[in-house]
Amino acid sequence: MNTVIFRTLAPFLTALMLLFSVFVLLRGHNEPGGGFIGGLIAASALAIYGIARGIRPVREALWFHPMTIAAFGLLLACIAGLVSIFAAVPFMTGLWIYPALFGVEVPLSTVMLFDFGVYLVVVGAVTSIALALEREDI
Amino acid sequence: MAAPAASAIDLSRALVLTPPALADWLVILPVAWCLASGAILLMLRKNLRLQPPLAIAALTVLLVLDAALLWRVVEGGPVTMVMGRWLPPFGIAFTVDLAGALFALSSALVALAGGIYAAESIDASGRRYGFYPFLMLLMAGVSGAFLTGDIFNLYVWFEVLLISSFGLLVLGSEPKQIDGAIKYAFLNLIATTLFLIAVGFLYGLFGTLNMADIAAKAVERRAGLPLMTLGVLFVLAFGMKAAAFPVNFWLPASYHTPRIVVSALFAGLLTKVGIYALIRVMVMLFPVEGDELSVVIAAAAAATMIFGALGAIGQSDTRRLLGYLVISGIGVMLAGIAVGGPGGVGGALFYALHSMVVMTALYMAAGMAGRLSGAFDLNRAGGLYGRTAFFSALSFILFLSVSGMPPFSGFWPKVMVARAALDIGAWWLAGTVLLTGFLTMIAVGRVWLLAYWRPAGAAATPGGDDAIRTSAILSLSVLVLVTVLVGLFPDPLLRQVQQAASGLVEPSAYLNSVFPQGAR
Amino acid sequence: MEVPFVVLIGIFFAAAVYLMLSKFLVRILLGVAILGNAVNLLLFTNGRIVREVPPIVPAAFDHQVAVTANPLPQALILTAIVISFSFFAFLLVLSYRAFQDLGTDNANEMRVAEPAADSAPPTGY
Repeated sequence: MNTVIFRTLAPFLTALMLLFSVFVLLRGHNEPGGGFIGGLIAASALAIYGIARGIRPVREALWFHPMTIAAFGLLLACIAGLVSIFAAVPFMTGLWIYPALFGVEVPLSTVMLFDFGVYLVVVGAVTSIALALEREDI
Repeated sequence: MAAPAASAIDLSRALVLTPPALADWLVILPVAWCLASGAILLMLRKNLRLQPPLAIAALTVLLVLDAALLWRVVEGGPVTMVMGRWLPPFGIAFTVDLAGALFALSSALVALAGGIYAAESIDASGRRYGFYPFLMLLMAGVSGAFLTGDIFNLYVWFEVLLISSFGLLVLGSEPKQIDGAIKYAFLNLIATTLFLIAVGFLYGLFGTLNMADIAAKAVERRAGLPLMTLGVLFVLAFGMKAAAFPVNFWLPASYHTPRIVVSALFAGLLTKVGIYALIRVMVMLFPVEGDELSVVIAAAAAATMIFGALGAIGQSDTRRLLGYLVISGIGVMLAGIAVGGPGGVGGALFYALHSMVVMTALYMAAGMAGRLSGAFDLNRAGGLYGRTAFFSALSFILFLSVSGMPPFSGFWPKVMVARAALDIGAWWLAGTVLLTGFLTMIAVGRVWLLAYWRPAGAAATPGGDDAIRTSAILSLSVLVLVTVLVGLFPDPLLRQVQQAASGLVEPSAYLNSVFPQGAR
Repeated sequence: MEVPFVVLIGIFFAAAVYLMLSKFLVRILLGVAILGNAVNLLLFTNGRIVREVPPIVPAAFDHQVAVTANPLPQALILTAIVISFSFFAFLLVLSYRAFQDLGTDNANEMRVAEPAADSAPPTGY
């Protein structure tokens, strides 16, 4: 597993997969994809990096502890649901705003915020399980 | 994508168009609050000093939210809020009736007491591994299970509380805990899978997962549907969750292994969620099948009561003894469900509320007693009364309460169940309830005699820790105060419980809350 | 279309129950995994199997225009898969820990929490 080719290639593969995971996450709005599957792709990217370089580099690259990332995702998802209290609609109702950034209309919604939350929860939870399994003394 | 153009479709048939009242948010807030504060505590889990005050504050807010919710339900009947504006049965609905609100309130009280107790008793390693975040997530699961109005959603909350309970169970990862956790985890997972199987068939039969919708449709379509099979599956799954005989063996195998406050919370919360789900499904959704299965449930109830109490008598470790007392208490609730009617179901609800408070307090007392005398083993304990009379008095009240002696909270629900059983001529069930009280008295009486009354002589180990922690005695006193007050002034709670039971037996108010325009 | 699925579900359940009756943790774990898949298939079949288009509203419409597959069982299964996946991961770690700490994966030999030779409580002072 630990060949030179794999070790050299792994960072590029990881970067590509992380980029792809964000693409899948954003695409999941109206087409197949979404936070869950995107999160799984990102987690497997990190797992590849971990297999090639070891646990420590992954932890350093993530900066935050995976559980913290998952917790932040959970908080985002909660907030996405609770925003509707200010719009006088029931919990978890999708709310949209259409700000114009540099002349391009960007649709933003609480649904997307929720999906980001799911993405982070999946990345954090799956990565922490993978890192725990990789280490010998769990 | 541009903003959607005005639609030609009549949205009022699919969406809630009137803005919900602000008070309706109380239905969803306990769950959302627990999830959000659990997430924040998880992010702060390295900050050991900040964890207990934050968690206790969060649990206090949860208690206030649940109290406000109960007040709202008492004033105005069941409350419903749907997720994402979708009208039921399409959207997931959170519906709270009196029974759910009562359970949610007492679970919040128990969790707050546990959070205060843990402030000093959970050591740094326990807190670093996330006792408080797991506690908040557990409460999210428990509150969600009590408040939801959708049966698949109930399954999801079961899993949420199950996975947080795994986390709590292995805090500290001693070999004993791993051993207990293996049995707990596998058997509970099988129980929830059975539940999921039943939900799958339910969806196949009715095409809906909303409980109010199912309750309404079950009345019309009962003939020709294999509802009895479903009923048996549900009874088996929830009976396993509630630790009813003969599927109770995971409980005595695991409840004495974790940190004592975790045992206390589990004893107060987890099995009662199973009982709540059993009442919700077998009394409200499938009353006819529940009636037909009542003989089976009654037999299981009698066996659970007797074997639980006998198991308690045979134990020398106080924590394991309490595990068996949890089981015999479940038997009383099952007896209430088997008898049925407002009296029986009300007795089961009341006993569940009493058991939440008292079993948690008993585990806390056992933890303090074990710490003071240095051992949980009855062969070696002794001399507690001579050392702290106040703590011993609190324990004595709990011992009387758990065996159903007046004037404490255990007395009234047992009277309700026994009287309801006598009313339908099930004298043997009433007799078993009374006999169980007697056997429980023997078990806890022996604990009192050996661990408290016996002078710390040669058999007892001197030592242990002398200091009584303020947080522990505070949380214990609050719970004891609740059982004393409920025992002395049972009228308000009796009324609410009876009304909750009639709301479950005759769920028209629940249905109206979900479908204000009448059933579709 | 449903009948082959029903047979398949039966085989899955049989295999899962057979494996779970073993006293070795790894086999029980595999049994639990198969049980989860059996339940997912059961949910899927209970939602009635329709060989039609996926349940996605075409662009330029705001409602379904043709008979589509039932999306609800798929949502249920996705939830169930996520849950059973996380449980499998947890149980895997737990079983591994149990093997390390207790030195066995035989459930009969795990008597740490409930010792076989347990002292009876005293009958007097």
